Amino acid sequence: MEDSLKGVLPDEELLRFYEQMVLCREFEESCAEQYAKGEITGFLHLYSGQEAVAVGCTAGLEQKDYILSAYRDHAQAIVRGADPNRVMAELFGRATGICKGKGGSMHLFSPEHNFMGGYAIVGGQFPIAVGFAFASTVRSEDRVTVCFFGDGAMNQGTFHESLNWARLWNLPVLFICENNFYGIGTEVHRASAEAVLHRRTCGYDIPSEKVDGMDVIAMYQATKRAAAWVRERQRPYFIEAVTYRFRGHSMADPAKYRSSSEHEVWKSRDPIPNLARRLVAEGIAGEALLEEIHSRCVAQVQEAVRFASESPWPDDQEIWEDIYV
Amino acid sequence: MSEMTYRDAINLALKEEMRRDSSVVIYGEDVALYEGAFKVTRGLLSEFGEVRVRDCPISENTIVGVAVGAAMGGLRPIAELMTVNFALLAMDQIVNHMAKVRYMFGGQTQVPLVIRMPGGGGSQLGAQHSQSLESYFMHCPGMHIAYPATPADAKGLLKTAIRDNNPVVFLEHELLYNSKGEVPDDPEFLVPFGKAAILKEGNAVTLVGYGRMAILSRQAALELEKEGISCEVVDLRTLNPLDLETVIASIEKTGRAVVVEECWQSAGLGGDIASRIYGCCFDRLLAPVKRISGLDVPMPYSRKIEKLCIPQAEGIAQGVRDLLAQAY
Ligand SMILES: Cc1ncc(C[n+]2csc(CCOP(=O)(O)OP(=O)(O)O)c2C)c(N)n1
Ligand SMILES: [Mg+2]
Repeated sequence: MEDSLKGVLPDEELLRFYEQMVLCREFEESCAEQYAKGEITGFLHLYSGQEAVAVGCTAGLEQKDYILSAYRDHAQAIVRGADPNRVMAELFGRATGICKGKGGSMHLFSPEHNFMGGYAIVGGQFPIAVGFAFASTVRSEDRVTVCFFGDGAMNQGTFHESLNWARLWNLPVLFICENNFYGIGTEVHRASAEAVLHRRTCGYDIPSEKVDGMDVIAMYQATKRAAAWVRERQRPYFIEAVTYRFRGHSMADPAKYRSSSEHEVWKSRDPIPNLARRLVAEGIAGEALLEEIHSRCVAQVQEAVRFASESPWPDDQEIWEDIYV
Repeated sequence: MSEMTYRDAINLALKEEMRRDSSVVIYGEDVALYEGAFKVTRGLLSEFGEVRVRDCPISENTIVGVAVGAAMGGLRPIAELMTVNFALLAMDQIVNHMAKVRYMFGGQTQVPLVIRMPGGGGSQLGAQHSQSLESYFMHCPGMHIAYPATPADAKGLLKTAIRDNNPVVFLEHELLYNSKGEVPDDPEFLVPFGKAAILKEGNAVTLVGYGRMAILSRQAALELEKEGISCEVVDLRTLNPLDLETVIASIEKTGRAVVVEECWQSAGLGGDIASRIYGCCFDRLLAPVKRISGLDVPMPYSRKIEKLCIPQAEGIAQGVRDLLAQAY
């Protein structure tokens, strides 16, 4: 039995969660179209299905907190405040892109929103997140650093090195594993000797919990609690968000390794219609309002595509910029 | 000026920069309580305390990654990798992260860090602890690389490295730590990057070296002087940026070049420098560019054969004689 939404958060906040999830979904589905048209090239990893994690977690943090992520990073950057126009322009490889078209889908970065990067080497962001937390501790900045990563990344050496280090130095890092059950085509139990992932932090004396990553409210509440704990104790914490990606690993992956029945079960847990249903059932929104939100998101994504496609390509000279200060 | 060792010059640079700038922090394996595997960080913990001088776990990749994040987050970290050999465990953070984040994030961040790495061969430490990996770093854009030969440069280059807003790989030669020289006392004494030093002037052959190879090249040149052979010795000081101008200007004068590298010859930096020399002053050369390099073998332990694998002053001198004896 689900808890009532009423009382958890004001109605406007609940509607904002809904709108952010819809925006992310529309953005990702539009990316798939633009990829099919050849406007977006290279690697493209979509977030469809996992929206409750980015939206719920981000809402549970303070804006000064740092966020680092892997390559499946569009939603996390946008929810944090990055302009969808400039994110889309980045994917189109244009000069107006959030990283001047030099990063691409996997390397979004928006320091004014404390979104400190998408990293495409699996597990590469762990030590960097620990470094950010170290800096904010030495500088007495009272920030939590949130490090997102996948289930597969937990098998990298950097995971172990960084959890050990974060606890040893008592750094305020909130590790959030987005367990979507697959690292490309390899299911968790075929890659991790302990398939209950959140148990793996006990060797580093880091407390952990498992949260329903298809439930934006649960993600929000857990993150808010965990971030407060990390801030208060100045120690790392670990959340395993159990979720699912509706698409293949990347656009190159038809996801043949998953059964359609498995897919159907998770589809029925889609965080967006589920929140819609609860909003309507509790009288927080009517169908008309939800449709209005949907249309607004569609329009915003269309505008992002227009902005990107009308943007100029980078100058050739840009090749040589930003290698050295 | 004060006479001091290369080790103490590095130690002094660290102390001066930590006193000057509270955002400079130091950590590494055994750098704090134990004061460094080579005792380079002596006295730092007691002067600056355990927030700024810290021991860390044996996790090289994470040592570099933490420095990257800390630098992006506003500190000026100096991380020590106990020896350069262990940098191979950190190549992911060095090459894929440290050297890339500024570029791939469109110039929106900077990474002002220094990774200190003692290295080089000649102490009978065997194949895994005697390597010269400078070419590995040089191959990758996005980082500066300094390799001091003298105590004065050790101080001045390290201070420049710490103030640099780019990531710097700072290579130190283990056999130079006890070498002595005059070092300026001025706390603003900085040696700029990308400016080679002429260790000795001459007009018949240009010897190009760096780190301990620059010192051995100078020894060879002094030996050759007695035989009436005049060599000019160029110490590159930094491998990135590379001061090709000074090298070329010297060759314009001498017409002959010997590049001395401690690393393996195959795909080593000497080949790159030689090809640049050919590209810049082919018509001025009186002889092909000669390379004197570490032998392409894993380093053997036994001192009798180890020394055959690393360029020595006598070998460099003989290389110069051979070059001059050959008719082209
Ligand atoms: C060091 C490294 N090894 C391999 C890859 C190729 N790769 C990219 S994503 C991926 C799977 C990662 O899975 P997971 O951490 O669960 O994240 P998810 O894609 O499910 O979000 C792999 C193996 C890589 N990018 N980096
Ligand atoms: Mg996964």
